[in-house]
Amino acid sequence: MIELRTEEGGSIDRRRPVSFHFDGQRYRGYHGDTLASALLANDVHLMGRSFKYHRPRGVLAAGAEEPNALVGVWRDSRTYTPNLRATQVEIYEGLKAESQNRWPSLTRDFGRINDLIAPFIPAGFYYKTFMWPRRAWHALYEPAIRSTAGLGRAPTGPDPELYGQRFEHCDVLVVGAGPAGLSAALAAARSGARVIVCDEQSAPGGSLRAEREALINNELAGQWVAASWAALSAFPNVMLLLRTQAFGYFPHNLIGLNQRLSDHLARPDPQQPRERLWQVRAREVVLATGALERPLVFPGNDRPGIMLADSARTYLNVYGVRVGSRVAIVTACDSAYRAALDLHRAGVEIAVIADIRAQVSGALPEQARQAGLNVLTGCTVQGTHGRLRVSAVDLARVESGGAVRPAGRLACDALLMSGGFTPSVHLFSQSRGKLHWSEALQVFVPGASAEAERSAGACRGLYALDAVLVDGDAAGCAAAQRSGFLAAVAPFKVEALAAHEGSFAGALPQAAGWAGKRAFIDWQNDVTVADLRLATREGFRSVEHIKRYTTTGMATDQGKTSNINALGVVAVELGCTVPQIGLTTFRMPYTPLSFGSLAGYARGDLFDPVRKTAIHDWAVARGAVFEDVSLWKRARYFPQGSESMDEAVARECLAVRARCGIFDASTLGKIEVVGPDAAEFLNRLYVNSWSNLAPGRSRYGILLREDGFVYDDGVIARVDPERFHVTTTTGGAPRVLAFMEDYLQTEWSDLKVWLTSTTEQWSVIAVQGPRARDVLKGLIQDIDLSAEALPHMGIARGRIGNAPVLLFRVSFSGELGFEVNVPADYGRAVWEAIWAAGESFGIVPYGTETMHVLRAEKGYIIVGQDTDGTVTPDDAGLSWAIGKNKPDFVGRRSIQRPAMQVADRKQLIGLLTVDPKVVLEEGAQVVETPGQTPPMRLIGHVTSSYHSAVLGHSIALAMVASGRSRMGQTLHVPMPGTDIPVTVVAPVFYDPKGARLNG
Amino acid sequence: MLLIHCPYCGDRPELEFSYGGQAHIARPTEPQTLSDGQWASYLYLRSNTRGIHAERWRHLRGCARFFNALRDTTNDRILATYRVGEQPPAVAETPP
Repeated sequence: MIELRTEEGGSIDRRRPVSFHFDGQRYRGYHGDTLASALLANDVHLMGRSFKYHRPRGVLAAGAEEPNALVGVWRDSRTYTPNLRATQVEIYEGLKAESQNRWPSLTRDFGRINDLIAPFIPAGFYYKTFMWPRRAWHALYEPAIRSTAGLGRAPTGPDPELYGQRFEHCDVLVVGAGPAGLSAALAAARSGARVIVCDEQSAPGGSLRAEREALINNELAGQWVAASWAALSAFPNVMLLLRTQAFGYFPHNLIGLNQRLSDHLARPDPQQPRERLWQVRAREVVLATGALERPLVFPGNDRPGIMLADSARTYLNVYGVRVGSRVAIVTACDSAYRAALDLHRAGVEIAVIADIRAQVSGALPEQARQAGLNVLTGCTVQGTHGRLRVSAVDLARVESGGAVRPAGRLACDALLMSGGFTPSVHLFSQSRGKLHWSEALQVFVPGASAEAERSAGACRGLYALDAVLVDGDAAGCAAAQRSGFLAAVAPFKVEALAAHEGSFAGALPQAAGWAGKRAFIDWQNDVTVADLRLATREGFRSVEHIKRYTTTGMATDQGKTSNINALGVVAVELGCTVPQIGLTTFRMPYTPLSFGSLAGYARGDLFDPVRKTAIHDWAVARGAVFEDVSLWKRARYFPQGSESMDEAVARECLAVRARCGIFDASTLGKIEVVGPDAAEFLNRLYVNSWSNLAPGRSRYGILLREDGFVYDDGVIARVDPERFHVTTTTGGAPRVLAFMEDYLQTEWSDLKVWLTSTTEQWSVIAVQGPRARDVLKGLIQDIDLSAEALPHMGIARGRIGNAPVLLFRVSFSGELGFEVNVPADYGRAVWEAIWAAGESFGIVPYGTETMHVLRAEKGYIIVGQDTDGTVTPDDAGLSWAIGKNKPDFVGRRSIQRPAMQVADRKQLIGLLTVDPKVVLEEGAQVVETPGQTPPMRLIGHVTSSYHSAVLGHSIALAMVASGRSRMGQTLHVPMPGTDIPVTVVAPVFYDPKGARLNG
Repeated sequence: MLLIHCPYCGDRPELEFSYGGQAHIARPTEPQTLSDGQWASYLYLRSNTRGIHAERWRHLRGCARFFNALRDTTNDRILATYRVGEQPPAVAETPP
């Protein structure tokens, strides 16, 4: 056993040791380590259990593509993040992490039983089992399946962290700060363009971070990266974002970036956001996202200690960690030789380099041979050994005829593999660019662009360092030029090894007797070659269907390491080529995104704006209970002492009917319609006639949609000949204004009319009840309140104190009523003045609940409660409001259609329960005969239902087919276990003649 | 999120706009003269174009004005925007 940490090299800081916990055990690493590299330095490969079979799994990769080493990480009891990739978690002093998907521990996991019964649970088994007995589904199967489903455990408490969001614009966005990204960014920055560079890692360089020998412009690659980064930082027109994942490519060059700000800090500033979501609108984009190494598919390829060759090189060169002391390598690509040479130089024993290719030439293999490494060509792997760590590998020879023969067993404590590289075309593909199959490289590369973007470097299949730098430079120049800047290409002098060659997709050739062994395609979702073969045998052909049936390419890694191998297997099974099958759709996000980042500031108090009236605080002080009505807070009722809502509402109702109540109606929508054509405009919109409405009068207006259904209602007052004060429902104000603007701007732009929302300009104080006039008499100046001077629906201007008043004599309660409109700044003072004046008359404040009961007693509808978007004015009993002499209004032609006039339309009626104490459920169905079992013929539904204190019994409004011809009939409201008999009555329960209203 | 060119304000993000359905469907000036079928066509029948679609947008959280846009429904490119009352400009369909 050798010391796994090297003595020098890499980007860790050996002067800053860090201790951290994994699964309760304390380990040491260095500042600059990831959780994965620090654990590997402690000889820990086992980092997780697989999703389905609970197989022990080690770290496979070193970056974002990691499928196995998923961990939960927390700083304190309030912060827990599941499913983070250990390869991306930067350690700090005191970090706590745990493995997932195991119980009771990572080394002894009860779920391992799934692995033993694996032959019985192949792909799609859950579609074929759990079918009987039927009752067992809810009681047994579903709870059991749910308890095993999902990766990681979700945190239960609210997230205490802050998350920021920002919009940003730039000329050139460069995604990736590897060699291609850096040369592109330098070219664009020199041109003067505004440039943003983002990279998911904690340091720039990409693949160059692991490069030890290459020279760029006569300096070591690492020095060139540092100098380039410093140069970019010095440009005032460049913004650099590290730890920032470009996760999504949205239409019109909007790119989503997620920046991790504090997860790597031992003691973050509590004022600092944890993450920041950037929405960057870029004129031009350079994608320099690199390529991911592909695993090889052979039996037993998932044991801890088996990992990607280039990732092992990254651990060695970036983190100073040897992944084992005796390493075997199986490869289809030259790049693995580079890893072998670096490890060999670092003192690691290379047991074998098994190359599946029959003949291998090229600079890298040649160097390996010269270094005396054991290179076997035409050699594959038939199996591996070891439970919690690979201990040996079974080699096999691929003979010229294709036969595969065992070639002995070799001990090793790590097995590295390389199937070549897959360009990261995720963002390009999300941008709807067309992928192109490269015969030479046997991978998909970007083809025609759909957005203003271009790919550069390894993400389009270029691997030689000089070609990558030149390509990035050219892309940066092109992007800058396209966004209007002058850019010139820069020369590069590169001394590096030639590009690696070779790749393989699919399952490695195997001897006949090995078919039963499991070779994994998708590590994260436990999909094997056998699963894919099963899917094709069962008739699946489309790659999208195969994906969903087998779950290959799903889960949090979205198949970064598995998709091409899956395609390779399916292509062989179906006897076609990979491009004939095509790829599954790439979707955002590239790596999982926290909900906190998506929500940003829109949480808690900032989730939605809260609208409060000028009288709000008075109601709070009075102990009002509030309800949300659209964004408004409205006082629902004013309980006294220990009153329940029903008791408070009954008391408030009786007080209004007997004396007087005061009600805050400020939330009513208000639109001022002004201009010489204002009356004509309203004539064309509302069903009513407005030309004959005299100034100083108001009228109840109904607005239909063009399809003839009631859209909104409200009192409309003609304040002056050319000025109308239109009120709308509380929730309807914005859409009514938009509706009006639509007609005004696009249909009747010849009309001289101006529309202004005045909802928040006015406070509206309703004073309702037989003593309402007495309450206001002493307060109102300049208005004669007598019934003769100000009849029902009359309006007048006057004053209360200094406050100018627009007084409406209107009633939504059925009592003598006034609505005092004052500028909102006076609202609270006028309210208190009326309150003080009313106290000697026994005035009570009442809320929306009492308002609802009072209006229902009078049969006044509420649009949106008693109507539902399928109700005509006649259905609601409002045809009296329609202007008879108008040639047209919005919706008129529609209510003349035959279907709108049939006799069995649902009509508004009243319902009285036979038992006066029973209050119906709003929304309950109405049927003709009792004792039915479903399905039954439903003839209507209850829309409003309350106990009426003044009447001493319950009342309800309902929409019932042919309702007005059913007066006196007994109908039934079926409820669980019972039928409630009801009698059909007219929808006005109280003072049907309106004597109180006109008093 | 689309980038939309308001003819009055310039390029603005989609967040500032509301969609208004198919453009150039004028409300009949004399609905009474239409048959039920003709009226129903006006009310309900809209094209579902694959390709260039003339549609209404409103710069609701900006100048609040309605305008028209030509959008290629196959790729969401907005090829032109123009004011209410203007004829749609000639545009070339983008290649698929």
